[in-house]
Amino acid sequence: MTAEDASSNISDLQSRALTELETLQDARRLEDWRVVYLGRKGKLTQTLRTLGSLPPEQRREAGQAANRAKTTLEEAYDNHLKTLEEASFATSSTKGRLDVTLPGWPVLRGGLHPTTQIVREICNAFASMGFQVVEGPEVESDEYNFEKLNIPKDHPARDMWNTLWVDYTGIQDEHSVLLRTHTSPMQARIMEKMDSKPVRVIVPGKCYRYEATDATHEWHFFQVEGLAVDKGITFADLKGTLYEFARLVFGQNRKVRFRCDYFPFVEPGAEMSIDCFLCDGQGCRVCKKTGWIEVLGAGMVHPKVLEGVGYDPSVYTGFAFGMGMERMAMLKHGIEDIRLFYSNDLRFLKQF
Amino acid sequence: MQVPLSWLKKYVPITLPPRELAHRLTMGGVEVGGIGEIGTSWEPDKVVVGHVLKVDPHPNADRLRLPTVDVGNGEHITVVCGAPNVAAGQKIAFAKEGARLFNTHSGHIEPLRPANIRGFKSVGMVCSVLELGIGDDHTGILVLPDESEIGSPLADILGDVIFETETTPNRPDCLSMLGIAHEVAAHTGQAVTEPDADYPEDDDPIEKQATVEIADPDLCYRYTASLISGVKVGPSPQWLQDALVKAGQRPINNVVDITNYVMLEYNQPLHAFDFGKVKERRIIVRQARKGEELETLDGVKRKLSPPMLVIADASDAIGLAGVMGGANSEVSDGTTTILLESANFDAVNTRRTAAALKLSTGASYRFERSIRAELAPLALRRATKLILDIAGGKAAKGIIDHYPGEKPAPTVHLTRKRIKQVLGTDIPPDKVESVLTSLGFTKKKSSTKNDGLHLEAPYWRSDIAIEDDVVEEIARIIGYDEMPTTTIATSIPHHAPQPMWELKQRTRDLLAAAGMREIVTYSLTSQATIEKAETLEPKPLAMANPMSAQFQYLRTSLRGSMLETLATNWHTSLRDGLRLFEVSRVYMPTKADLPDERETLIGAIAGRRLPLSWLAKELGEVDMGFFDAKGVVQSLLSSLRIEAAFEPSENNALLPGRTASIVCGDHTVGIVGEVHPRILARFDLTETPVTIFEIDLPKLLQSASAASRSYATASRFPESLRDIALVVDSGVPSSNIEAFVSQHKMVQRVTPFDVFTGGDVPTGKKSIAYEIVFQSEKDTLTSEQVGRALEDILRRLQKEFGAELRSQS
Repeated sequence: MTAEDASSNISDLQSRALTELETLQDARRLEDWRVVYLGRKGKLTQTLRTLGSLPPEQRREAGQAANRAKTTLEEAYDNHLKTLEEASFATSSTKGRLDVTLPGWPVLRGGLHPTTQIVREICNAFASMGFQVVEGPEVESDEYNFEKLNIPKDHPARDMWNTLWVDYTGIQDEHSVLLRTHTSPMQARIMEKMDSKPVRVIVPGKCYRYEATDATHEWHFFQVEGLAVDKGITFADLKGTLYEFARLVFGQNRKVRFRCDYFPFVEPGAEMSIDCFLCDGQGCRVCKKTGWIEVLGAGMVHPKVLEGVGYDPSVYTGFAFGMGMERMAMLKHGIEDIRLFYSNDLRFLKQF
Repeated sequence: MQVPLSWLKKYVPITLPPRELAHRLTMGGVEVGGIGEIGTSWEPDKVVVGHVLKVDPHPNADRLRLPTVDVGNGEHITVVCGAPNVAAGQKIAFAKEGARLFNTHSGHIEPLRPANIRGFKSVGMVCSVLELGIGDDHTGILVLPDESEIGSPLADILGDVIFETETTPNRPDCLSMLGIAHEVAAHTGQAVTEPDADYPEDDDPIEKQATVEIADPDLCYRYTASLISGVKVGPSPQWLQDALVKAGQRPINNVVDITNYVMLEYNQPLHAFDFGKVKERRIIVRQARKGEELETLDGVKRKLSPPMLVIADASDAIGLAGVMGGANSEVSDGTTTILLESANFDAVNTRRTAAALKLSTGASYRFERSIRAELAPLALRRATKLILDIAGGKAAKGIIDHYPGEKPAPTVHLTRKRIKQVLGTDIPPDKVESVLTSLGFTKKKSSTKNDGLHLEAPYWRSDIAIEDDVVEEIARIIGYDEMPTTTIATSIPHHAPQPMWELKQRTRDLLAAAGMREIVTYSLTSQATIEKAETLEPKPLAMANPMSAQFQYLRTSLRGSMLETLATNWHTSLRDGLRLFEVSRVYMPTKADLPDERETLIGAIAGRRLPLSWLAKELGEVDMGFFDAKGVVQSLLSSLRIEAAFEPSENNALLPGRTASIVCGDHTVGIVGEVHPRILARFDLTETPVTIFEIDLPKLLQSASAASRSYATASRFPESLRDIALVVDSGVPSSNIEAFVSQHKMVQRVTPFDVFTGGDVPTGKKSIAYEIVFQSEKDTLTSEQVGRALEDILRRLQKEFGAELRSQS
């Protein structure tokens, strides 16, 4: 073979390859073309290998020609690939238009009961102030539900909690076991466990009262109890903590109001109201035209309660509070009938 | 309690507008829940004082009469009146045409219109208390005091504001006008004027005419009595009747009305005996005898038993101490001599007696709340004076006063340090003293302590026992809103982990994310539901005082309420699929102590797998079953990093062959299965299966805490996939085959992807197809290596399970 033969071969190869390239309309065949002409075992490589038999000066000339052809074919390949891609994108954007207004695939959506949601929200608000969630028994003894909370038997304050008694005939005295009427028994249980160490807890849970149901009363309900006991805890701390809670749960601009109220296990006792977030305190149906909504009962832990669980009331002080979860949820969501919560009609539950 | 401001004004000047006063009382602990206004609807020119000039008979009706009334400015109006008590010379309440009154026929408040009554045109009306809206007596017209000025607006005379107060159990003093007056005084800086209790006494000492003996001084702390002879029992004067009506009491007769009036004044219950009926003129306060009977004033014969306390004469019980008088000594029109009782009885015994007899009265309500014994003689003298003034007669000299329960007045030592320790602020001593003085506290000399105040509580307060009680007094009168607001300055206490709370939260979140909807149902259930759901074991704890049969037992299973909830939503939700869960406690009885409250998860799945969708029309017509429920459980457990096996299992409420127990390690933590149709039928759950799963969360928690979460490096070499179809006996569990294949060291995972019976598969056999993923951590597996491994596996499957290869790819 001569140098002329080699050049002619290369030039033939190049023009055949280019002619063929023009006819290719899809990416897979283009790839085949690349393998045939430019691949490791392709025709151009083979042609280059035959140049070894030429004399050195001719070999260099033919080699340069071959490299030029390779560059030409590579450029042609890149350009053709680009053209094909652009053509394909252009087709995609004009083909297969969807009716995008049709509904998407039905992804299942579950959800949590509104009580669970409000309990979480409120526990989280207090958790941010260092309160830890603990839980306690729903079936309680008279001792913890009442006596350790400074509510002795036959005390008229017992009328504040209509009680469902559990039948323990033959096992314990009548009226010794009950369904807890509030989450407050955990105050005594926690302090006994903590053994004169500081306490800061929040106690969510179910409570029960012997009560006829109506739109605002349910015999089965959830409360959240709070308790903070340490050296130096004051009524001012109670106010500050509950004010912060009101802002976290009911909005940053909430105002709060405290009035004197009575619970046997606190002294002083208080009730907290927030300004009505529906009417901004102007007076509406929800706040009964007063501009204020009662949200919780609270107070400084009664010295007798502290003493009863082994905390020295001259050293330790603390505050406690309790609130009804359904009432909170009703206020937040504008629910008018508490009986909706536990009737479990999905048409109600699905709204949360 | 109903507190008319006109009554309150007798003891304390009221300078504040009623709403402002109500607000201050409420903030201070005496909640004014409502404010009633009398006379605000009476227009000054339409409802006025009239003077009856003459009364003529109605020409056409015997029962009707025609009074002619001077309504002022010389205007005389003749109207028809049906009241028997209308008489010439009376001052009465007259309503002119257009006055807004309560219409006794329609039951509404509406403007008064002219009416033709039996041929006489009547324009205007002589009013009864009912029409004026201040009482419910319609039998006669309201007669006003003679000094009322003709033509003046009735609102000026009768108009009033009535506070509806809520009294907390610690403040019995606020069940009285004087108690509220002291509150008003403390809030407004006014002084309280106590009512007049001075009266002339006869020469004859009471001790000579009556004896009182307290046989049980543990239950009767004090007994005071006065004796009034020559009284004339009759209706009370109008002012007294008005006061009682406004306070919500029904007037009876002057003597009884006075005892009620003074009870409302002082909070001290009183009782008047017809002394002529008291045998041997002796009063004995003793426990009832077993089986002793007494007819109380309400006409009910009551069987008594010790330790109920009675007031007795020489032979019989004549009253139920602290609760209600006896019919046998009741004051009546013929009564001339009265023994007036003002005593103090034990709170607990009174409460128990009233509860046992289901007889709660104004008296028992007050004694239950431990009123002070100091009130007894004060109220006695006040009532005696009023009886003399109103019913006439003479009072015997002196009073009887037996006081076996006398004890020193309660005192409290208050320090400035404690006020600061509790309230978080230092209140100046002069402010503290002025508040306490306004509340009626008195400073005493302390023999032992020099710092702070030694205080005696006022005689009407029975709720002051400890220093903090006084701290509250200071805070509430200054106002809680005036107290500072701070955040807790002490460090956050050490927290202990709460794994069960965390597990419940995660479980709820994971199930909600898996498309399940949370429900919360009642903890109490009925015998009927227990039987329907067949959750009879263990026998549940029962209520001693159930509200109804519906809520009688503490549930030991969540199944019944879940099936009931499905029933509630069955027809409205089946088309979209029902996927419900609940995390609640069940209450397992234990031998002696409180029950074991176990946190339990239940889930239920029924109805369509997908809501109707154009994308998956066929899928939307498929009902869910066992594997939908199992899938949810698997997804939950896998998210909790808990490995579980599902083993064929039996349960009486679930379908055999469609039930699996959920096993974690050595523990069975729960069950999943299709509910037996016989149970579904009882809850009216027809048409489609219901699959439930139940998991005992404490057991799951044990498995969860054991679960490892250490990281394993993923192999960087490629996976090789092979599909095989095996024919095995239909009783061979796939999980056994999967576990067996997984043991091979090259096998990464095994997934069954087709199960087939019939066709060319022999009867009693099934074909299961598996995708097996081979992978090594050391190098890329060659197809020869994979082929040898697969052959080895197939050979051993044949040996272990008799599995025949049906196809391979």
